[in-house]
Amino acid sequence: MTKSMLMTGNLAAAWGARLSRADYIPAYPITPQTEIIETIAKWVRNGEMDAKMVQMDSEHSMLTAAGSASLAGARVFTATSSQGLLYGLEMLYNISGWRAPMVLINVARALAAPITLEPDHNDVLAARDTGFLQFHAETCQEVLDLVMLAYRVSEDSSVLLPAIVNLDGFYLSFTREKVILPDEKDVSDFLPDYNPVNPFRASRPVSKGATVLNGSLYSYFKYHMHSSSLKAINVFERASADFESIFGREYSPVEPYMIDDAEFVLVISNSFSTIAKQAVKRLRERGFPAGLLKLRMLRPFPSSYIARYLSGRRGVAVFDQNISLGFGGIIYPEVLSALYHRRSRPQLILPVIGGLGGKQVTLNEIERIFEATRNELGSESPEPLFLMRKDELERVTKTISVAREAEI
Amino acid sequence: MKMELQSRYRTLRDIPQVDYLEPGGSLCSGCGGVLALRLFHKVLGKNVVWVNAAGCMTIIVNYPLVPLKSSWLYTAFASAPAGAQGIRDALDILIRKGKIPETENLKVVVVTGDGGAYDIGLQSTSGAIYRNLDFYYLCYDNQAYGNTGFQVSSATPVGSATATTPPFPSEPSGNSLRRKDLFEIWRAHKPPYIATLSSSYAVDFLKKVEKGSTFKGPKMYIVLAGCPTGWGYDPRETIREEKLAVDTGIWPLKEAVEGEVRHTFTPRALKPIEDYLVTQARYHHLFFPKKREDIIDSIQKEVNRYWEEASKREGFDIKLVQV
Repeated sequence: MTKSMLMTGNLAAAWGARLSRADYIPAYPITPQTEIIETIAKWVRNGEMDAKMVQMDSEHSMLTAAGSASLAGARVFTATSSQGLLYGLEMLYNISGWRAPMVLINVARALAAPITLEPDHNDVLAARDTGFLQFHAETCQEVLDLVMLAYRVSEDSSVLLPAIVNLDGFYLSFTREKVILPDEKDVSDFLPDYNPVNPFRASRPVSKGATVLNGSLYSYFKYHMHSSSLKAINVFERASADFESIFGREYSPVEPYMIDDAEFVLVISNSFSTIAKQAVKRLRERGFPAGLLKLRMLRPFPSSYIARYLSGRRGVAVFDQNISLGFGGIIYPEVLSALYHRRSRPQLILPVIGGLGGKQVTLNEIERIFEATRNELGSESPEPLFLMRKDELERVTKTISVAREAEI
Repeated sequence: MKMELQSRYRTLRDIPQVDYLEPGGSLCSGCGGVLALRLFHKVLGKNVVWVNAAGCMTIIVNYPLVPLKSSWLYTAFASAPAGAQGIRDALDILIRKGKIPETENLKVVVVTGDGGAYDIGLQSTSGAIYRNLDFYYLCYDNQAYGNTGFQVSSATPVGSATATTPPFPSEPSGNSLRRKDLFEIWRAHKPPYIATLSSSYAVDFLKKVEKGSTFKGPKMYIVLAGCPTGWGYDPRETIREEKLAVDTGIWPLKEAVEGEVRHTFTPRALKPIEDYLVTQARYHHLFFPKKREDIIDSIQKEVNRYWEEASKREGFDIKLVQV
């Protein structure tokens, strides 16, 4: 029976694991993810979830256990954030190289130093090149649904790559929204049991993670992983079609919003998409031809979707809630590369950095982005926009002056 | 006296003929680590998955050549015990849920060098023992980072030259820091079984693997692994070197059952440590250009102190070497 509940993004992630019938959950606490593993711990102990959870000694160990359990044939779920993701980063490359399907939740949180709690995407984008597929959620419903979709894609025999589902700390992890909980039977129709390829079994010895001391062999395996990752786009499309027919909700690698006749489009992902949509709607009411393209799938990068939706626009702004220090936003050049060879590429693609460390983004700021995109049309070297409101800057200046006084 | 388990292994003739590690691997000739792995495997049988940390053994499985008749997973440098946890847990769950039959079960064995055991992987090892993981753990201890060219590790003994502790007048010992006592670090976690091994005492070796397998939980082993390239001796001498280490008392053979320590081999009289040191190039600077009696004596004193305490505690007689 389908039912709906008010739940946080974290709880939705835990429900994703439960409904996907995860067998094994190695865990390690970190804010703001911890509610996920606390919830699962409770379900496993009271018998509501038929799985084993084990609390490990670090994220590095947690991810090692996650990958090796997948190789032994268990459906694996785990979650982390920020420093934890980076602490285990070495293992992300190993898990994908092992071709071990699993789902890892990242509850985004900006990276130290300075140490902080609220989100940006430098953590999850540090995993960009690891081979993990990446799905980014805007709403609590999306968190739940993307976990199930991620398993379908990750375990597909033409993909066999692990997946990250990202949700923003605080903005989504601790925000309650209405979430429709699918029926267990429907989920098992959508997501059959995990059927591992050559798992560790007594009857058939296998070697995994073998040494490859040969550049051409190594290249072959990496190209193979790359091509499998690209196949995940089609696999996701097919899975989404099944998902829609069973659950009635539609998920594409990107989500266009008011884009049909938009002359200016904002590219954005994750929880700030909600406020950005609101701003687009307001601009439309005032006659400004704004539109939005939300990126749901970051790896594989949905270049063809981006080209399809953004070619022919006058101006595009790319909102990066991250910063590659010494360059700028991380997603910006990826969007650029998807458009560069299109004859009808936009006149202007404006880089925007905002929301670092969970810095709030307002409706007015989103509107400013659109205005700046229009104003910069024709510019040969558009200045990147670093969002900081006047009132924020005043507070920052004041805080810094307090710190200086304290020094004296 | 407690009744001892009747062992299958009483003389060298009892060493099983069957091998699960085929010859022709890509490791150095005379490698003490490979020999230990081979002996260990004979006791465990073929239903084994080795979970490996970065080190010399990593190149045993060198794609596409696999000399093992069992399964293998290379993890990373720091987290082989966590890799063992994942496999153990997954097999347990799948068997409990009826998804695979018990006949598909495997023994899960970590194989790591001393860098992985004493240094970078100490945390994940500690975690696995703490969680009472039902697994075997084999540390082949060649007393340095052998695979990268013999740099100092926290298992390197005092007096050993390594690539990062070259002896100079300012540092005449080469390495002057004392080895970590990994046996005691493990024992503080209270696993059911811990043992030190030497392939040169093969019956003692096999008995301990056999005995460990009667316990559920962590079964922890450190084997002295002669390293011809790092220690500097002829590859054919590995067994002789490993035996000298036991007979001079610098590599005690012992076990801890539920935390209770017992030496399984007690030499009636220790051979002088000098007899062992002089055979290896890593100690060359203790003898040339002039003999460093002071350093050799301090090593001998350390060995004597160890055996004096052990003999008092366990009540056996041993003749020490006068310094």
